[in-house]
Amino acid sequence: MNSNNREILNNIQIDIIIERLCQELIENHNDFSNTVLVSLMPRGKYIGKKIHNKLEKIIGKKIKYGELDSSFYRDDLRRHKNPIIPHKMKMNLTVSEKNVVIIDDVLFTGRSVRSALDALMPFGRPKNIELLVLINRRLSRQLPIEPNYVGKVIDSIESEKVVVNIDGKNNVKNILIFKT
Amino acid sequence: MANLSVKHLLGIKYLNKKDIDLIFNTADNFKKIINQPIKKVPSLRDITIANLFFENSTRTKLSFEIAEKRLSADVLNFSSGISSVKKGETLLDTVKNILAMKVDMVVMRHPNPGASVFLSRNIDASIINAGDGTHEHPTQALLDSYSIREKYGEVDSKNVVIIGDVLHSRVALSNIYCLKMLGANVAVCGPMTLMPKNLEELGVNYFPNLKEALNWCDIANVLRIQLERQDVQLFPSLREYSNVYGINNNILQNINKDITIMHPGPINRGVELTSDVADSSHSLILDQVENGVAIRMAVLYLLSNNLK
Repeated sequence: MNSNNREILNNIQIDIIIERLCQELIENHNDFSNTVLVSLMPRGKYIGKKIHNKLEKIIGKKIKYGELDSSFYRDDLRRHKNPIIPHKMKMNLTVSEKNVVIIDDVLFTGRSVRSALDALMPFGRPKNIELLVLINRRLSRQLPIEPNYVGKVIDSIESEKVVVNIDGKNNVKNILIFKT
Repeated sequence: MANLSVKHLLGIKYLNKKDIDLIFNTADNFKKIINQPIKKVPSLRDITIANLFFENSTRTKLSFEIAEKRLSADVLNFSSGISSVKKGETLLDTVKNILAMKVDMVVMRHPNPGASVFLSRNIDASIINAGDGTHEHPTQALLDSYSIREKYGEVDSKNVVIIGDVLHSRVALSNIYCLKMLGANVAVCGPMTLMPKNLEELGVNYFPNLKEALNWCDIANVLRIQLERQDVQLFPSLREYSNVYGINNNILQNINKDITIMHPGPINRGVELTSDVADSSHSLILDQVENGVAIRMAVLYLLSNNLK
């Protein structure tokens, strides 16, 4: 850590929050028989996998899980120097008539979630869609999108960057906020 | 973050290995998209693409058109046979007039080698070469190598023989560049009169004998005899060519291993391939066609990033 960044959550706090988010999900989804968890690529998968594993352990049965890439549906294509390169998607499932929980690491402007809603449609017409995020950067939204399950709410300005730090074994190490 | 090293796709020789890997990895995602119930993504919804075909095409033209439509681009189709080219308009004038209609990308097939290079030096739009004479056909080579990668996991160290009219084939030249760049061992096979003079320079071996070539290779990419490009007769007859270089089930059963048969189309059934081979489980021909759409979507998507 240096003066340019500060830790918002360490790995112990993250585990506690994930435990709570799992309990909130169980409260609303019972045995998950009609629920599909969908992580947003690339960084939502680290949170999504953690939640998926923990939930399966708690309820003792398999839960349908997918990883969705929404690169081709984004509204900022051709606004960057380099093209947005898609990530490998694992969506061998249908969301038709299912309760879908979209999982991402950080909710900022809402534009990624908007593109994810479009990217999800080819997989069927869901019964409903909920959003779970580990970090909600409130006051930064550019679209009318709000999460149903929130790990931690933070107030940050646009020039700051919130990063979920991943260690060499793909575990979430901590959450940092950077001044850019 | 990666980007292509080129602004146009004029030929495989202008690409590097990283470019090809980037195109293949992007095509993996598009392959999934085109197999979804909803096969369309909005990525190029603000882009207009002109398909300029100064030479006949079925597969390539349809493949580009469907790739563009799957990406939500606006598409203009142009065929020289029914255009002002017949009235004496030059290539540059034709294209400049089309670009005045605010076209962002041009996909062009032209009978003259180097036509797309010429165009790229004279206009602003992003150019994709869909075949220029006997020079290059880069998207065909990309989809061929992509199909090999899909079946075998990698192209590196595979033995690939290109059989037939290599001399007149843009597919052969682009394939040789692409396969060599990806680490394959490449050879050619066919009558000496249908081989280019610079085989050594290209770094490919020559098999005069079909059976030896098939015994050596993992993959045989079989080409059509391009009678329309031959000014003089380079072999006695199609019947004799077929007897010596045509692949039938009998020949495949007499070699010691299973090989994969590829063909860029259109097939002259009974000349270079018999129907039982073209339609057999050895054949990757229809996979090539499907992969062509994914590869062309990837190329269009990546090149479009240069259009701001």
